[in-house]
Amino acid sequence: MPVTLLWAVDVYGRVYSLSTVGQQWEHCRNAHLEFKRVTAAQQCCWGIACDNSIYLNVHASDLPIRYQEDTYENQRWNPVDGFSERLLPSDRWQWSDITGLQHQPMASFQLPSSSWEWEGDWFVDENLDGEPTEKEGWTYAMDFPATYTKDKKWNSCVRRRRWLRYRRYKDMDTWAKIPSQQTALPDPFSDISCGGWEISEEPRGRLSLWAVSLQGKVWFREDISHHNPEGSSWVEVPPPGEVVQISCGPGDLVWAVLWEGHLIVREGISRDCPRGTSWAGVESPSPEVGTIHVAVGVNVVWAVTKDNKVWFRRGVNSHNPCGSGWINMVGEMIMINVGLNDQVWAISFEDRLVYFRQGVTSSELSGKTWKAISVPRDGERSHSSASANSQHSAGCFFSGEVRVPSVVSDAELDLEHPPGDVAISSVTFPGLDSFVDAPTNSSSQPCVKPNIPKVTSDSFISELVSDRKPAKTSGGVESASPAVLEEVIPDEGEADVLSSNSTVTITGSGGPSDPQWSNVDLEEAQIQYGQTGAVADSVDSCSLSSLATYSLAMEDQYGVDEHPLWAWVSGGGCSVDSHSQLNWFSYSLNTSAVLQSVQSLSLSVSPAQTAAWRKQIFEQLSERSKREMDNFRHYEQAIEQSVWVKKGAMQWWRDWKPHKWMDVHFALEQFSGAEGHKDGILFIYYNYYEEKKYLHAFINEVTILVPVLNDSKHTFAIYTPERTKQRWPIRVAAGTELEMHDWLALLSVSCCDSRGIHGSPSKQAIWSITCKGDIFVSEPSSALEAMPYPTPCDQMFWRQVGGHLRLVECNSLGIVWGIGFDHTAWVHTGGYGGGFFQGLASSTDNIYTQTDVKSVYIYENQRWNPVTGYTNRGLPTDRYMWSDASGLRECTKTGTKPPSPQWTWVSDWAVDYSVSGGTDREGWQYAADFPASYHGFKTIKDFVRRRRWARKCKLTTTGPWREIPPIPLSDVTILPCAAQSSVDTVPVWAISNKGDVLCRLGVTLLTPAGTSWLHVGTDQPFKSISVGAASQVWGVARDGSAFYRGSVSGPNPAGDCWYHIPSPAKQKLKQVSVGMTSVYTVDENGNLWYRQGVTPSYPQGSSWEHISNNVRKVSVGPLDQVWIIADKVQGSHSLSCGTVCHRLGVQPMEPKGQSWDYGIGGGWDHITVRGNSMEPPRICLPSMTEPLPRAAHTPPPAAP
Amino acid sequence: MADDKDVLRDVWFGRIPTCFTLNPDEVTEREAEAYYLLLPRVSYLPVVTDKVKKHFLKVMRAEDVEEMWFEYEGTPLKWHYPIGVLFDLHASNTVLPWNITVHFKNFPDQDLLHCPSNSIVEAHFMSSIKEADALKHKSQVVNDMQKKDHKQLWMGLQNDKFDQFWAMNRKLMEYPTEDGGFRYIPFRIYQTLSDRPFIQKLFRPVSPDCNAHTLGDLLKEMYPDALTNDGEQKRYQVLIHGIEPLLETPLQWLSEHLSHPDNFLHICVVPVPTD
Repeated sequence: MPVTLLWAVDVYGRVYSLSTVGQQWEHCRNAHLEFKRVTAAQQCCWGIACDNSIYLNVHASDLPIRYQEDTYENQRWNPVDGFSERLLPSDRWQWSDITGLQHQPMASFQLPSSSWEWEGDWFVDENLDGEPTEKEGWTYAMDFPATYTKDKKWNSCVRRRRWLRYRRYKDMDTWAKIPSQQTALPDPFSDISCGGWEISEEPRGRLSLWAVSLQGKVWFREDISHHNPEGSSWVEVPPPGEVVQISCGPGDLVWAVLWEGHLIVREGISRDCPRGTSWAGVESPSPEVGTIHVAVGVNVVWAVTKDNKVWFRRGVNSHNPCGSGWINMVGEMIMINVGLNDQVWAISFEDRLVYFRQGVTSSELSGKTWKAISVPRDGERSHSSASANSQHSAGCFFSGEVRVPSVVSDAELDLEHPPGDVAISSVTFPGLDSFVDAPTNSSSQPCVKPNIPKVTSDSFISELVSDRKPAKTSGGVESASPAVLEEVIPDEGEADVLSSNSTVTITGSGGPSDPQWSNVDLEEAQIQYGQTGAVADSVDSCSLSSLATYSLAMEDQYGVDEHPLWAWVSGGGCSVDSHSQLNWFSYSLNTSAVLQSVQSLSLSVSPAQTAAWRKQIFEQLSERSKREMDNFRHYEQAIEQSVWVKKGAMQWWRDWKPHKWMDVHFALEQFSGAEGHKDGILFIYYNYYEEKKYLHAFINEVTILVPVLNDSKHTFAIYTPERTKQRWPIRVAAGTELEMHDWLALLSVSCCDSRGIHGSPSKQAIWSITCKGDIFVSEPSSALEAMPYPTPCDQMFWRQVGGHLRLVECNSLGIVWGIGFDHTAWVHTGGYGGGFFQGLASSTDNIYTQTDVKSVYIYENQRWNPVTGYTNRGLPTDRYMWSDASGLRECTKTGTKPPSPQWTWVSDWAVDYSVSGGTDREGWQYAADFPASYHGFKTIKDFVRRRRWARKCKLTTTGPWREIPPIPLSDVTILPCAAQSSVDTVPVWAISNKGDVLCRLGVTLLTPAGTSWLHVGTDQPFKSISVGAASQVWGVARDGSAFYRGSVSGPNPAGDCWYHIPSPAKQKLKQVSVGMTSVYTVDENGNLWYRQGVTPSYPQGSSWEHISNNVRKVSVGPLDQVWIIADKVQGSHSLSCGTVCHRLGVQPMEPKGQSWDYGIGGGWDHITVRGNSMEPPRICLPSMTEPLPRAAHTPPPAAP
Repeated sequence: MADDKDVLRDVWFGRIPTCFTLNPDEVTEREAEAYYLLLPRVSYLPVVTDKVKKHFLKVMRAEDVEEMWFEYEGTPLKWHYPIGVLFDLHASNTVLPWNITVHFKNFPDQDLLHCPSNSIVEAHFMSSIKEADALKHKSQVVNDMQKKDHKQLWMGLQNDKFDQFWAMNRKLMEYPTEDGGFRYIPFRIYQTLSDRPFIQKLFRPVSPDCNAHTLGDLLKEMYPDALTNDGEQKRYQVLIHGIEPLLETPLQWLSEHLSHPDNFLHICVVPVPTD
């Protein structure tokens, strides 16, 4: 997860932020004013300062906020002046917007506020729908309004051109005042809350900002988005009473508190109406005590009443924003805030500390316990880190006075800092009574007033433990609880502090307790887990301690009060969930923990990996092998290898028609093959008309094992070169996911063994990705690009690497980047395995969790009839009323499953408005009939309509990949390097998912993830980018035209300007790949184009030459080798879509090659050969290398 | 970048080329030819010498055959030490192949244990594993295993099945991350110039102030003579699997990666050869 911030204000009005990886509150020093309240989103934070104005702090990002202003200059021809600014009286203004209806002289463009600056002056746009115009940028037409062309014709009477100017938001990372409105100035603001970013992604960065004024009025800020972070104006939303506080969640929940203590809920909030339509009332949780504070998330509402009790609202969701009932929660708070993922923060009434609600998950929204955030503020670190140190080494998370002596230094620290001088590091409320229904509660709830409970049980921690050591914690409550209690026992005669309840428990649990933790682990292994603050089993110890284990010594906490007193907290920008590892609750100062955190933080190679001792061992072992074995290979082995068989039951997609799944026996026989390599044979035993038969495959002939997308079965396919030619693999299905993974892991290891392939992919490796998102690598041999007889690419062996990606790019230095379906960027850690690979088939230290999110789409189809209008009753011949995009398959909301059992739903079905062709306000698209082209508005001829529903699903796996936050990407490219080149920093370019062009800085072998993004300005969004040798950077823009970036070099990594290169006639390009000298593009109709006439002095080239059709994607390597994903390839048994193909006959003098060789497929989506810089062996075949007739293949003379 | 997994593989597949010759005092029917074999470093002599026995029995009369034992340059070879340890201890820095003399008579009872069958080796091997796990995890891991898991470890070693062995041995090498290592490191330090069989004491992978202990720390405490002081000529080589790891190598890492299949880190301290 990317690093995000929790914001808080202390009682003195100082603003602090706490990073999710941080260990101290950072004072926001550029806040010159004191603040009353803050409300955060991920990209910004809003606040009310003591001058009652609203301030905005937009977080700096590598992507600037840049807004393109444009205006049109219109001219008409007259016989006297030619084209001139003299227009007819009926014409539009001389300067206008695109429609001509709006008068827009250049001078009318003003910066919206002092936070903006102009990037440059106005300039003419010389690009018309992907085609370059003449120098002046004029486009011609017969009359306004009309279709404009770039050519002047005899009847062109009018012309216009477009002027552009960019403005940039400059007040990043500072608190910029929102200018107050001239008209109808609201009275001073008293509360503010932002949210609503999940309602709609359009426009990008949209936010809802609600504010309350001192008079109790409610205001809504209009038009906040990425390009307009300040919004435009305040609109009053009259409430039914006087509002004192308001809260807006990430979704469509907005609740407010009325002065009398009742609550109101905003209803009717939707994409089209973010302000909502009406208010509904909700009673205060407690009839006699009014509510003072409310906080909402996506599906939760929390409230605080005047007696500081905390309440959780049951049954809240967007269909029922009012929820169904209140539940009293433990704890006394003055305010509460709900952030991302419905995580909860609160400020305690008792000690004014910020508490985090632990254990909040989507299934348990109310969480488990409160836990105090106990990190120091910057500037006070020296003071508290020492005592925190002692706390840590004491191995417990209890507050100052429950000291367990451990090391000598501890005792000294204790003397310096009297107990209790630090913020309490863990005050956890028992989880058991967190669900007490309101009515019964008043009588049965224990009085929590005077003290902060100090309860040892902590279900969050036990979760942590069970995650790490499932086998161990199952040891049971009996063994676990003593471990807990031994740590609590204070050795300084403070046993009386503990209530009788827990004393009973201690004696009850028995066993001599030795609080010296350095010895503890000798006694009882569980205590070791206690060192992380881990206290096992929650339920039981909870029930024991829920009544009271309250410390009596709380008062002196206030006596030497040093800890911050907080007034306000906002987690709206803080992305954590119940699994996040946070350092907010303790310090990890022991070496191994620090080492770990270093490993987990830096994307570069960790010091341990490069340590001299490790190198020494690797080197000596290989020397030893040489010394002791190299000359004696002919000796007999002492132990002969025997055959080893694994059997199982599977289903097989039978070869003959009608194809169907049939039960088979599956067996792998392994034995030692020649040269000591393990080898094996795979058998599939089946019945054919009562007759027993079998099918077999030699493990050393298997080229790939591919998991296949199937929404109900766990299936994979086995290919051999023969089967690849047939386009008909052996398809098998296992009974369970586990079984399939077992088999896949075993077979993969067996295949790798038989080919002697171990460890991480080499730098030269060819990477590819299936449409399912599985990642494969193949180790190229030098014969792969050999001339004239390369290795046929159906013989390439592919092995799987853990993880899930949509796209992968690499270069020959071994730098590999990937992009997930959710546009997250990932960098390869150098490891292998992960996913279903376990143990030895996987590296250990560089495998991390990887998640991916994608949407599943289904269509709701309706037909119009004269009586009832559009209904879900179609004609008998019609498609299903709920279907997939083609209409051929029925897909209902309830019947549709995630794409494979690996995926789980993470959202509900929602109408998808981002469909090409546009939709109406309800998401419908209209057409005359099915299937047809759809448009987003209804006409008289439209008899059918459809709309798309989307539902997000999520996959969690592991693999050798580390996330590169925070910008989501849609394309990436890495400079392909020659085999021996030594480049210090490697150029990496990318396209953000919004189309921004980015250049990554600081990418080196040791830091393959680089350090920061440099934004490269463009006049329109891009969709593809590629950087070739000699810093040739090519991009494809959304309009389908290509661009060449000029003057890119080491010192000037981002280049200086774009050269526009028109697309091939009537085609829109979609992807580009640049090798050493070759530039290839693919257009939206599947044509592959080669750029003619590219020379060092004229790198833009001269024209496009058509090479092939049926191409989905192209990858050009550092040797100019050309590989594609072909759309359709016919095999002898079947047709495959998405097939890896290799261009044959590519030579320096013949960069376009001659024909295709077909490799693995179908179902492939992506390939990159940009790591393979292995020069093919030079074979001189004088008679055969006689060039073919030149004329046919040399480009025609370039016509610039 | 090489991965730590490769170390396990290299350690497992370490082989010592060996030339077995029959003791000339043995009575044979015809002259016995030498027998050449690649011996796995991590295995035990009785497990891997079936072929040797068969080879020499061909030239001997059955009545002249007693229990087979091995000797290198006058030293009887203890079968219960891993082969690699025997080699490093007695024969490192010599010319390969390793010349081992095979005896069928005069079993040196005072030096060697009898080994009538491989089940004795198995028992010895399993008791080593259990002892090591007692040190590492208070025997919790090995006790959680089933009989067949124990068998898998032994069969893996016996049949030279790396994957089979490590699928199970992996569990013995785990530890809670927060501990930073095992409870104690199972190690044995062998020396040629001593009557003591080996040094074996309790030693933790992590110091009380949470620093990782290194190989140097271990030797400093157990066998300070093995270390070279400043300005001194190096006197001893510290060999593990025939290599000399740097003294700053973390002990925990060594224990996880350079232990023998019996889960002990066998460290040989031998004098530097004088050329």
